[in-house]
Amino acid sequence: MSAPTDREQQVLDRIDKARRRRAKVREERVTLAHGSGGKATQTLVEAIFLDAFRNPLLEPLEDAATFTAGETRLALTTDSFVVSPLFFPGGDIGDLAVNGTVNDLAVSGARPLYLTAGFILEEGFGIEDLVRIVHSMRDAAERAGVDVVTGDTKVVQRGKADGCYVNTAGVGVLEHSHALGVATAKPGDAVLVSGPIGEHGVTIMLARGELDIDADLESDTAPLNGLVADLLGAVDGVRAMRDATRGGVATILNEVAKAADVAVVVDENAIPVRDEVRGASELLGIDPMYVACEGRMVVVVDGAQADAALAALRAHPLGEGAAKIGRIVDDPPGLVLLNTAFGGTRIVDLLVGDPLPRIC
Amino acid sequence: MRFVDEFRDAEKARALSAKITSLCEPGRQYKFMEVCGGHTHTIYKHGLEDYLPENIQLVHGPGCPVCVIPMGRVDDAIHIARRPDVLMTSFGDMMRVPGSGGNFFDSNAEGTNIRMVYSPLDSLKIARQNPDTQVVFMAIGFETTTPSTAMTVLRAAEEGLENFSVFCNHVTIIPAIKAILDSPDLRLDGFLGPGHVSTVIGCRPYEFIPRDYSRPVVVAGFEPLDILQSIYQLMVQLREGRCEVENQYSRVVPWDGNIVALRAIAQVMELRPYFEWRGLGFISHSAMRVKDSYADFDAERRFAVPGVRVADPKACQCGEVLKGVLKPWECKVFGTACTPETPIGTCMVSPEGACAAYYNFGRFSRQRVREASHSS
Repeated sequence: MSAPTDREQQVLDRIDKARRRRAKVREERVTLAHGSGGKATQTLVEAIFLDAFRNPLLEPLEDAATFTAGETRLALTTDSFVVSPLFFPGGDIGDLAVNGTVNDLAVSGARPLYLTAGFILEEGFGIEDLVRIVHSMRDAAERAGVDVVTGDTKVVQRGKADGCYVNTAGVGVLEHSHALGVATAKPGDAVLVSGPIGEHGVTIMLARGELDIDADLESDTAPLNGLVADLLGAVDGVRAMRDATRGGVATILNEVAKAADVAVVVDENAIPVRDEVRGASELLGIDPMYVACEGRMVVVVDGAQADAALAALRAHPLGEGAAKIGRIVDDPPGLVLLNTAFGGTRIVDLLVGDPLPRIC
Repeated sequence: MRFVDEFRDAEKARALSAKITSLCEPGRQYKFMEVCGGHTHTIYKHGLEDYLPENIQLVHGPGCPVCVIPMGRVDDAIHIARRPDVLMTSFGDMMRVPGSGGNFFDSNAEGTNIRMVYSPLDSLKIARQNPDTQVVFMAIGFETTTPSTAMTVLRAAEEGLENFSVFCNHVTIIPAIKAILDSPDLRLDGFLGPGHVSTVIGCRPYEFIPRDYSRPVVVAGFEPLDILQSIYQLMVQLREGRCEVENQYSRVVPWDGNIVALRAIAQVMELRPYFEWRGLGFISHSAMRVKDSYADFDAERRFAVPGVRVADPKACQCGEVLKGVLKPWECKVFGTACTPETPIGTCMVSPEGACAAYYNFGRFSRQRVREASHSS
């Protein structure tokens, strides 16, 4: 392809300048896109929250903040859960709330210790449902080896909330010397996922009952701390881990590419996706790469240790379906590239908002 | 996965690609338009252009049904949705198409109730469940979705539902293709015909294209091998000096279309004298409205719709980009007034549109992307 002409280059430079401008929220009100985990969420977080709270611990925008108290290195995180429906195949808002926070700590390299639980309940919400949710939180906490040690309850008028919202925060301790962070990814590194992707998101879409599609699918919600401990015990070349929640694997890979100023090259054939997820995604016109998981993580690891890391993941029941899906290269910086199963290549961008079913 | 994987076989793609390349005359440039937004999506999703030689270029056509809805119609829809007794339903990808004051998501943030549905029949369900609410379906799409809207209106009439209506924005593909063909500076060598539309209208409506405009048409399916095969068929026609309508998607598309679907459309809808297309301006007889006999189900008659036309900024040159006359960066408002965050024309609305794709990734040549993805 020929080099761009002067005029074309001018246009490209202008776009580049606009791209580097500080994020700005254009909307006058919050829209659902601001909660999707895509570009709109990033803009909101950077332009409003980061702008106001800016400090060195927050700035990397990792899943948890890590800091030292006395002699001890700690990780701290929080997450809110508003899933609808509250109960779905494979789990409910309760185990999701525990696993989500446990996983944010785990992928930061911390051993989760204690959780908090905050409930916002709508007037009229069934006590039986509440008990079910709380018991499932108790069981999930037990499975993950953490305790819920403090909490809060608020009740709002009927119509001011949708049944039950849960917030959890968690603290964990860092017991190893790995310097983890997506910005540390280097050319030559390998990219792994810990299992088939997209199951939670597709399960939720089907559980809403709007699609008249039935599939034998369950949410993948699970605590990843055991898997992470095994991985970090087996190899010392782990650069970063992220649990692929909102925005899915594609969003995580974009975060890696941007933070480390590298390119991520992914092979579509290597990405584990169950047929049920693939089928539903094909019907809806969405891409599993953008669909949320609640018990899967993306791992960036020194390329020389990729096989050892993969073996460590596969030896754990939650990592049986782990796979190497790609690698880090130096150019073009900031991009995620996909070698499609069909044999072509394309760029995998961040979505603006939620993946929307297509009519065309 | 059956019915999917066999149409995505990389080995067959390589064989087709070699055959296509061997048909290229040295020094000649080929430009084919894929009319349908679904084709554009397939081409993008599978990286299909990597299989084409440099001298074959695909031009993305006007067939993205949400992208062609002009700002004025989005504004009218929001105007209806603002009524406190209205619940509007819409297809998912319509939610992000901007009007002059924002899209449906923005409008919901200000208090409207516009809900995503997967079929117009879902709107009927909502109407039955909420008898005190006026349920309005934002009907969009080419002939592919028009029959389902027509069937829904017929069903509503049968049931005597009084709280259901459609805001009809259905468009027809032939006048749009004709508008492009009539352009004095047309630089297209052939068309990939819209497969989904053709399941309804059949292949006959395209016969004027080879007859009056001397351009071949191949009605194409939506899997990547369908598209490569269709490009191959176009190249064979050009090489053999033939110029006709061929049906690559015969496993789905009957030559004469779907008579039942066409009858349902004819019963409920009629052509509008003219309709505005985003970026293309007014095109006569290019859209449908609800017939008088079903006026009760026509949101435009049930509610007062301002119908104010929001002019595309003069400098928007979507039409030229669509026709393959201009490259995205050559448009006067590209990257200044028109960006993916504040799109003006169709080509910037959809992330796969020519302008949005160029805005996001134009700085990386295909070659650089290809080399990087195959480096180790």
